[in-house]
Amino acid sequence: MRRAALALLLAPLIALAAAAQPQSGFELMAPETQAMQRDDTANPGMLWVQEGEALWQQSGCAGCHGDAAASMRGAAARYPVYDEARAGPIDLAGRINQCRVERQGAPALALEGEPLLALGSFVAHQSRGLPVAPPADPRLAPARAQGEALFRERRGQLNLSCAQCHDDNAGRRLAGSPIPQGHPNGYPLYRLEWQGMGSLQRRLRNCMAGVRSEPFAYGAPEYIAIETFLMSRAAGLLLETPAVRP
Amino acid sequence: MSSRFSSPCVISRRSLTGGLLAVALVWPVRAAEREGLQQVILGFTGGARPRPGRVTLDIPSLVENGNTVPVTIAVESPMSEADHVRGIALFNEKNPQPHVVTARFGPRSGRARLATRIRLATSQTLVAVAEMSDGTYWSDSAEVIVTLAACVEF
Amino acid sequence: MARTLINLPRNPKRGEVIEIRTLIQHGMETGYRPGPNGVTQQRDIIRSFTCLFNNEEVFRAELHQAIAANPFLEFSMLVTESGILAFTWSGDNGFEQTETRALTVA
Repeated sequence: MRRAALALLLAPLIALAAAAQPQSGFELMAPETQAMQRDDTANPGMLWVQEGEALWQQSGCAGCHGDAAASMRGAAARYPVYDEARAGPIDLAGRINQCRVERQGAPALALEGEPLLALGSFVAHQSRGLPVAPPADPRLAPARAQGEALFRERRGQLNLSCAQCHDDNAGRRLAGSPIPQGHPNGYPLYRLEWQGMGSLQRRLRNCMAGVRSEPFAYGAPEYIAIETFLMSRAAGLLLETPAVRP
Repeated sequence: MSSRFSSPCVISRRSLTGGLLAVALVWPVRAAEREGLQQVILGFTGGARPRPGRVTLDIPSLVENGNTVPVTIAVESPMSEADHVRGIALFNEKNPQPHVVTARFGPRSGRARLATRIRLATSQTLVAVAEMSDGTYWSDSAEVIVTLAACVEF
Repeated sequence: MARTLINLPRNPKRGEVIEIRTLIQHGMETGYRPGPNGVTQQRDIIRSFTCLFNNEEVFRAELHQAIAANPFLEFSMLVTESGILAFTWSGDNGFEQTETRALTVA
């Protein structure tokens, strides 16, 4: 009896601890999809990583940054970071384009285009296995707050917020599919639904279209604010790029 | 937050499945135009009815996304000059095209085994047929349930 | 040139049966899907794959629209000697690509 009472008392605490520990969407996938991600010789996302490595060499990134394995390690774990020029957060894709335009005099790569996805995958892959570690920079606080507000705001014809699925009902099912906590720890990732690689912004657009709201345009500051919030929410989760998701 | 919803069934299931999952079909249904599964198999075997056995068709019975379904087909055989598997073909019941893949093997193959990833338009039956060097045909089949991904692109 | 990933064991032994894995970047457009403009897109798939070892066929496959994008194929080979493996993918719109890998027996 006493043990049962103790268990009852502890249950909410255990539940709280479990809730505080972010869970990667990887954990909810079918074993065959997990196997596809786990093995680099089977993971189709590695085709983009390889393409990105070739672009890294061809575009002269190595001229400044040297060996990406050293210079880019940890970058994807910190981004978005505060950018003076923007007076706000900048995401990894934005930084790659900023670098091209300002330092290389090259044109910006199209958002969600294959070359940018490939370069982004290669750069983010250098941080695979590192914990998500958003910077404690107070200048990011306004974006983080804006991102959290967007995450909790009901939107679209279905009048649903991100939080209603990914906080309140994470781990349950939406028809056949498990609802993940919605962490950004594997992007760019190979989504079976897309039959290709895509960014976090593409995934956010899918969710927005899903609740029948008008998605923001690619590169919109709202996405970067949401990403800034999501990274703080995912702190400690290990990066998986290139992740595979259904 | 969760108190806003009636427990244990969250958010009205009808609104969610209707709203999030009623999406454009990837493939228009053309089942009526295509050959039936049996006809196509008999086309591969030259009219012989494959016997069940010797073939193992390994595919998840419930798949997360029909766009990329891992499948492995293996056939018991010594794979010698005298006794080997010549070919393995995989057929589906309800995609617009009945053929999936046809593989050819020889003694150099060492093992009659093939793994690939396939598309399934909907829940259906799959049949793998093996052609042996002695001219006999063997088969295995599997039923697969395909679920739709939530929040897909419009 | 499409990106490919080819995986073989490094130094297999003579008489060993090895697994070979290949992936190639290709959309495998079925010919049944509407494009962004609503018009059905032309079929554009890889139709065949062959693996030769010292010019002798090891494995061959005929692919159809039901093969997933970025085709993955895993098959076996009996190792008899060192030599050259040649992998060829070919398909619609004149697609043809060959990759070679050296295989060295231990």
